[in-house]
Amino acid sequence: MTRQQVLELYFMEARFKLVEVAAFLDRVDRAKGPPDFRLAAFRKAMKELSGKKPGRAKKVLLAFSDPTTKPIAKAPGKGACGAWPAGK
Amino acid sequence: MRYIEPHGHMVSRTTDDYQDMVTAGCAAVCEPAFWAGYDRKGVQGFHDYFCQLTDYEPKRAAKFGLPHYAWLCINPKESEDVKLAEEVIGIIPQFIDKPSVLGIGEIGLNKNSRNEMKVLEMHVDLAARTNSLILVHTPHLEDKLKGTRLILDVLKSDKRIKPERCIIDHVEEHTVQRVLDAGFWAGMTLYPESKCSPARAIDIIETYGAERLWMNSACDWGVSVPLAVPRTALEMRRRGHSAKFIDQMIFQNPARFMGQCPKFKLPA
Repeated sequence: MTRQQVLELYFMEARFKLVEVAAFLDRVDRAKGPPDFRLAAFRKAMKELSGKKPGRAKKVLLAFSDPTTKPIAKAPGKGACGAWPAGK
Repeated sequence: MRYIEPHGHMVSRTTDDYQDMVTAGCAAVCEPAFWAGYDRKGVQGFHDYFCQLTDYEPKRAAKFGLPHYAWLCINPKESEDVKLAEEVIGIIPQFIDKPSVLGIGEIGLNKNSRNEMKVLEMHVDLAARTNSLILVHTPHLEDKLKGTRLILDVLKSDKRIKPERCIIDHVEEHTVQRVLDAGFWAGMTLYPESKCSPARAIDIIETYGAERLWMNSACDWGVSVPLAVPRTALEMRRRGHSAKFIDQMIFQNPARFMGQCPKFKLPA
């Protein structure tokens, strides 16, 4: 596909999602509460969006990922929360 | 359009879903064993579940002319209890020769714990001893990268395991390359809220090639879409991919991988 064709197919959807992210951040700012590792990871991941090189989706996923390599002693539960709670 | 649903948890779906899938062109559905949403208390619960997967569910699918295949294991979410896992793995040989059982799956890791690793190694050993295909679940979200690395280490360290007979499922942009580079097949799961969207799955195909990739809906009792594979085929068409290439991705590739098990047969 040409760049024009990609934009015709996906621009409106991407624009919608970008506004959703902006509104989410405004919502978080309006709310009160202690710092949260998920928001810190989110802000770190957002920096990858302004990069000039391809591979942004991979970099965003890496920003949320547990970078350690050893198995943990015991599963703390079953679920995942979407961001690695570094140091917890 | 014809397609194969290579990963669908049909025990959690309605007969309407079977009808919709067949109407959309589904030629076969393959169901890996998974977590029931609660921890089963003993091996008998798994025995009953394996009977459901290998007896009742194929009959339910057959009412709609749809071949149904299964993969057996204790899911990583229940792998923290190693003793129970040993008991469950102990009864799998009773089912492994059933005509619709393709292999061991979906094994893997959930939170990347030591016990999960032990149970993964036990499953891999069983697959090696029974010369079975392997379907691997990779962890969710922040745990996926680490889990994928650990899983690949386990599989590569067992010299009896042939990478071309294993599929590592739920890959995303940060894990697909290392899976393919190691010679394994890679599966992309099309979920509305996590894993891959149709657009991202097609991006991955366009970036990494279609040789050893498949797509699945992994439809279960959570937020998921049983028709995610044919809908992604429509998205591929919107991008200008040929009917031949789409057929390779949604029919021929899963047929080629699962055809390594002689029990996998498609209707003529």
